Amino acid sequence: MTHPFAADADEQSVYAGLVDVDGDASQWAFGTGFDDPLAGVDTAVPADVDRGDLAAYCLMLGDDALVLAQRLAEWCSRAPELEEDVALANVSLDLLGQARLLLARAAAADPGAVPPLPPDSPVPAEDALAYFRDAGGFRNVALAEIPNGDFAQSTLRLLLFSVWRLALLERLRGSADPVLAAVAGKGVAEVAYHRDYAARWAVTLAQGTAESRRRILEGVGAVWPHAAELFAVHPVERRMAECGVAAAPDALLADCEPVLEEVLAAADLPRPATAGPAQARGRAGSHTPALSGLLAEMQSLAREHPGGTW
Amino acid sequence: MSAGAEGAAARTRHRDERHRTGGSGRAERAAADRRRAWEAVESVADPELPMLTLADLGVLGEVEADGDGGAVVSVTPTYSGCPAMGAIRADLDRALRAAGFTRVELRTVLHPPWSTDRITERGRRLLAEHGVSPPGPAPERDGPVPLSLVPRRRALHCPRCGSDSAELTSEFGSTACKALYRCTACAEPFEHMKEI
Repeated sequence: MTHPFAADADEQSVYAGLVDVDGDASQWAFGTGFDDPLAGVDTAVPADVDRGDLAAYCLMLGDDALVLAQRLAEWCSRAPELEEDVALANVSLDLLGQARLLLARAAAADPGAVPPLPPDSPVPAEDALAYFRDAGGFRNVALAEIPNGDFAQSTLRLLLFSVWRLALLERLRGSADPVLAAVAGKGVAEVAYHRDYAARWAVTLAQGTAESRRRILEGVGAVWPHAAELFAVHPVERRMAECGVAAAPDALLADCEPVLEEVLAAADLPRPATAGPAQARGRAGSHTPALSGLLAEMQSLAREHPGGTW
Repeated sequence: MSAGAEGAAARTRHRDERHRTGGSGRAERAAADRRRAWEAVESVADPELPMLTLADLGVLGEVEADGDGGAVVSVTPTYSGCPAMGAIRADLDRALRAAGFTRVELRTVLHPPWSTDRITERGRRLLAEHGVSPPGPAPERDGPVPLSLVPRRRALHCPRCGSDSAELTSEFGSTACKALYRCTACAEPFEHMKEI
């Protein structure tokens, strides 16, 4: 089979065939446009499910993914090796895709959850949620928003996050909300790769040089205090678990502990406490100061050009 | 398909349609349009793996036509964050409009999730011919996913020299769907489409 762009033997430039056949070359500057990731998906909310709660729950999981995607993207061009640069960008992209689906699900479940914009605004609902909420409106856990620190700290954060998120998504495949179940079904295969990646690096760094081990031990101290919040239960999560939509956060601890134990044992690391007294602070909109800085960078362009289309 | 064969196929389909629906010109048109719509979309190339058609990639689902200028095509996205999705939808829309459809709807299908098992045999052959090692069988989806602290074992061959001896450079390549390998026989790097 010939390359479709090489079909014309007189083709002079390998780039010529890339230009849109309709002559709209602007797509190369502004992208091809982002349409609704749930276009054509039946987004009806099951009869016995509260729309507001469902939207709030989807925001929680969507914000976790969105905020960590942004943190991971900060590694782009700064990772220790080119391969890790590419890997972290890929993980970020997977999470961004999950965030888009979840924010779109939140907007479809309860349009009232979307920040109001002028009627002529071209901003789709998922973008309004991503770019036009302030820190207090975000529902992510603190683990997603804490600064990257060094590569060891970022590795441990990704390990904890992906072990927990994989356990969550595995359970959500059976959610009473078919859209959430389908989003989780896609995410499982993706996050399984993220978890393996982080776990292998954690072991490699812990068993590497004295310096890499020192950094991993420091990273444990910076990251693990945020573990307990993952298993704290917000009232929305409790209610959504009761009607079969959500996975109860406290039930996930039993799924996560054996996996974390396996990694820590292979890394020959002492086992820090994962459970402990904690409040679902991030779920209630209470965040560390780090989130404001992250959002300022992520949202500035969209807020400066609220009529912009991309 | 020759005009004669096409006519014969349409007549056969018409008999079937009449059997089911009692027969009407519109049903016949719809069946013919449905075939035209499929022909229009099946050969659209994937923007990131242009050696594959979307049919080879296994992202196309049901194709429907109403016989009155309307076409509905179901598309299953590969990865949640695949940046090619927008381009794929735009390309499908363009192909259907070029084939004469005036109302085009592209429906996203999230469940069941896309899997590399959907890539056709032809698609796998084309991947290998273009230097990308095709995916092995996708992992089982039931039950908890086991942790893998060492690179998962894959039965793969260097697409350049055919050697089955290669080492993993990274599980994440130039796109989310590919891992990076290096052949230990010819020393060339190559990409492997990873199993999901």
